[in-house]
This record gives sequence, C-alpha cells and structure tokens, in this order.
Amino acid sequence: MQWLDAVIQGVLLGGMYAQYALGMALMFGVMRIVNIAHGDVMILLSLIAVSLAGVLPFGNLGLIVVIVPIAVVIGWILQKFILNKVVGADPLPSLIATFGLSIALQNFMLELWSADTRSLPNSDIASASFQIGSIYVGLLPVIVLITALVLTGGLDAVLRFSRFGRGLRAAAADTEAAAMTGVDPKRIYAIATAIAVGILGLAAVFAALRATVSPSDGSAQLIYAFEAVIIGGMGSVWGAFLGAMVLGVAQAIGLRIDPGLGILFGHLVFLAVLATRPEGIMARKK
Amino acid sequence: MSDTPILSTHGLTGGYGDFQALFGIDMHIDAGEVVALIGANGAGKSTFLKSIFGLLPVDRDMVKFEGNPVGGTPAHMMVRRGIAMVPEGRRLFVGMTVEENLRIAIDNARLPEGEGPWTREHLFDLFPILREKRRQPIEDLSGGQQQMVAISRALLCQPKVLLCDEISLGLAPKVIREIYEILPEISAFGTAIVLVEQDVGLAREASNRLYCMLEGRITLTGVSQDISRDAIAAAYFGASHAVA
Ligand SMILES: Nc1ncnc2c1ncn2[C@@H]1O[C@H](COP(=O)(O)OP(=O)(O)OP(=O)(O)O)[C@@H](O)[C@H]1O
Ligand SMILES: [Mg+2]
Repeated sequence: MQWLDAVIQGVLLGGMYAQYALGMALMFGVMRIVNIAHGDVMILLSLIAVSLAGVLPFGNLGLIVVIVPIAVVIGWILQKFILNKVVGADPLPSLIATFGLSIALQNFMLELWSADTRSLPNSDIASASFQIGSIYVGLLPVIVLITALVLTGGLDAVLRFSRFGRGLRAAAADTEAAAMTGVDPKRIYAIATAIAVGILGLAAVFAALRATVSPSDGSAQLIYAFEAVIIGGMGSVWGAFLGAMVLGVAQAIGLRIDPGLGILFGHLVFLAVLATRPEGIMARKK
Repeated sequence: MSDTPILSTHGLTGGYGDFQALFGIDMHIDAGEVVALIGANGAGKSTFLKSIFGLLPVDRDMVKFEGNPVGGTPAHMMVRRGIAMVPEGRRLFVGMTVEENLRIAIDNARLPEGEGPWTREHLFDLFPILREKRRQPIEDLSGGQQQMVAISRALLCQPKVLLCDEISLGLAPKVIREIYEILPEISAFGTAIVLVEQDVGLAREASNRLYCMLEGRITLTGVSQDISRDAIAAAYFGASHAVA
C-alpha cells in the first residue's frame, strides 16, 4: 500500500513537472532553443501572481486568466527581441543569452520581492482532498494533473495537425527551407515561445498554490523540465509528459526509501535513462 | 501586355560577408520562358538564385519582379509574390511525411490550392509514385522521389517564376527524363523557369535561352538553339569571353 501510495503521489507530482516541461518540450525539444531562464520566468510569473492576488478581487484560479496573457506577452517579447536575434544551427548563442537573462531575472526578483518564500493564500481547493481506499489524494494535484494531460494532448494535436504546428516543425527541421516554402520562421518562433511561456503562466499559478516560491527556485524547475524532456525524447510532447511522470514517481519512491533521497533519486533515474537510452523513451528511431 | 520581363536582375552583386561571389549580373526572364543558367562548380549559380530569392542580402534595385524592385525581400514574402525555388540538395523537411511536406507549401502559397494551377491531385498524376508514398516519412523515399517532392512542393506555392537548382544532380537518366518531361507542362501555365543545370546538353535542350556564368560573371548569353557547343565551351571554361 505504501508503494502504491508513493506511485500515486509521484504521478500527481509528475503532473506539476509536466506543466514545467511542456514549454521546454516546445522550445528545446522542437525548436532546439536552450532557454536557461525557463525556470526563472516561471518563478517571476508566480511572484507576479502572488503580488496580484493581494490586490485583485477574484479567487486564486481566476488569477490564471490574468497571468496567462501576461506570460504570453513575455514569451513573445523574449523570442522577438532576444531569441530571434540568436537562433540558428548553433545552440550556444541562445544558451549564453538566456543564461544572462536568468541571472538578470534572479537579481531583479530579489530586488523586488526579497529572498522570502511566498505562496498564494490558502484556498479551499488547495486544502481539499478525498480518499480512495486508504489513500488520501489532494484535489489540487489532481486538477494539476488533469490540466497537464489536457495541455499535452492539445499541444500535441496543434503540432501535428495545425498549420502553425506544421510550419513550426518545418522551421525547426530546416529554417531556410521553411522560409523558401513561405513560412516566416521568426514570426512562427515568436508564437511558439508565446505558447511555451503561456503554459508556464498556468504552471506558475499552480506552483504558487501548491507550495512556496522564492526568487532562487528557478534553477530547480529548469532542471526538472530539462530532465523530463530528455527522458521522454526530444521533439515528443507526450514524451515530455511521460518523462515528467517518471521523474515524479522516482522522486516519490526515493522519498519513501529515505526522506533525503527524493530529489537525488529523480536525478539518478534521469542519468540511468541517459546512459541506456540517450534518445529518450519516446524518440523516433532514426 | 507590357514587355516588362516577369523577373530581372540589374548589375546584381553579392556574396557571403566579405567574400564577393557575383559581379554585376544582368538577367531577365519572361512569363512562360525557360532560361538555363550553366557554369562550372563554384561559378556562383546557387548564390545568384539565393540572392534573387531574398536569402542573401542585395540592394533593392538589383532585383525586379513584374517591374517592381524587390531585392532583399525575405524569402517567405517572395513566395507570396510568386517566386518559388527547388533548392540545391532538395532541402525537404526531415521527420515529416510527403503529404506534410506538400502541405507546408499549400499553407503558405500565393494562392489557395484549387485557385492556382497546381493541386496535389494533379501532381500525383504527374508523379504517381508520390500518391502511393504520401503517408511515408520523407527520408524513406529515394533520391529521385525526393526530387519529385521538392518540385511538387515548389509548384504548390503556385509560383509565377520557378527557380530550379540542379534538379538532375545525382539522379538516374530515366528519372531525370521523367522530371524534365514536366517542364513544358509548367511553362504551359505561363510560369517562368530559371534552370540551373550542370549538364550542358540537357540545359540547352530544355531551355529557350541560356546564360553561362564564370566566376561570378555572365560570359555568354543567347538563344539556346543558336549557340554553338564551341562558344559554350569557351564561355564555360573561360578560354575567351564571348558575349552574344
Ligand atoms: N555559405 C557560403 N559561405 C561562403 N562562401 C560560399 C558559401 N556558399 C558558396 N560560397 C562560395 O561562393 C562561390 C559561388 O558558390 P555557388 O555555390 O554559388 O556556386 P555554384 O555555381 O552553385 O556551384 P555548384 O555547381 O558546385 O553548385 C564559391 O566560390 C563558393 O565557394
Ligand atoms: Mg550550386
């Protein structure tokens, strides 16, 4: 029973990681842009949500309606004014640019919000839970998991079947050839990053509802997102979802073995996948 | 009808950064015409096509499309105006199916499929093997089949001018014949074709007029059937510079 409970809690935790990872799956997995500021942008959005919650008259979930558009705009600006200047076959310039952005964002957030941990005020949803047999399940983690599932399915369908998705995959495969076929790569990349950061906006509200956030937390979210994408396989959105599940379950099981082992266990599973199946679980065979 | 060529270049210069590859190219092509561009390896043929197509920087006045200066317009906007390219090395979208490769062109074409001259059905009639393989990943096709997809992809942009960069390269003679057989069909729609070709005999046969390029300059031009093999050889290898 203890292990079943660990797996269930791990899957629920994986739902949160999946939300971190989806934007990464799009930017790193499909567009091959390494965004080191991924986690910091999410923390920024969480802190904005916490600050807005104090002044806006609607509930916590209503915050999503405000934060997601802010996130979309941030994503669009990030791509249009920074990343589009440095994208190309070489991932190094985007890595360096976003590394700088990451440090700048962290300092900016420390200045504005101090190093204190913050979270959204307790709500009914955050504390509600129900019981299946002898296992307690929180309502919020279930909502997070379902949201992650819907987002993954939606993003996968958009990439596969929409005009935007085709154009993005074409631009990622061969930017110049895509332009020769009428695709405007910069515009399509700006939209893609707006979507990626928009999803992060959703994750940011959930993260601040579930637990606390502080300006230096971004690097942990970045690592989880990277690991999920790589475990799942580059370019596969469902792969990133699966990778997030693997990571969540590994951490939950590690935690049961020893309370100090949780996060380490997740990293070990990541290394094990990297060593045995470096192309990821769901990667297409070349 | 005006006698403005559909596409023309005027003293076009260009290259890569500090390296100049083209030294003042004057070229023009009319609707429905096939113009061949021949020249040795490294002469600057691909550079010329890329310069026309907005993939390399050129001055605005160096390229005119339907009489309007368009030099330096980004490639994706050139497609909207009515230029398409079959690039050197095909450059298909790996990881996508044949159908998806074609859909990218349809998504961004000058005209919707059905309003322009080209439809997938029409192209599948010309290249029946593509109908059979439409759901297969592009990397599962042979070189010749991939070239057919590359040509189809460019045609589905519904271009008024089609730029073809060495579409016969590396293909079996039978496949080359199959591909070259559809050129008259393309011209019949009034589409102008710029044909970069290494095979001089093939280029001469398939074109109305011909330009020969040597080290970034045009060394010979004229009506394909009127130019002698000796003149071509001289212009091609640079023994003497004949400008007809
Ligand atoms: N990306 C590049 N960067 C720098 N120089 C280049 C680049 N591509 C081509 N060149 C140079 O520009 C000149 C013209 O090359 P280009 O590719 O246009 O020749 P080409 O006539 O198409 O030759 P081929 O028949 O081999 O395709 C050559 O000297 C070549 O070395
Ligand atoms: Mg070439």
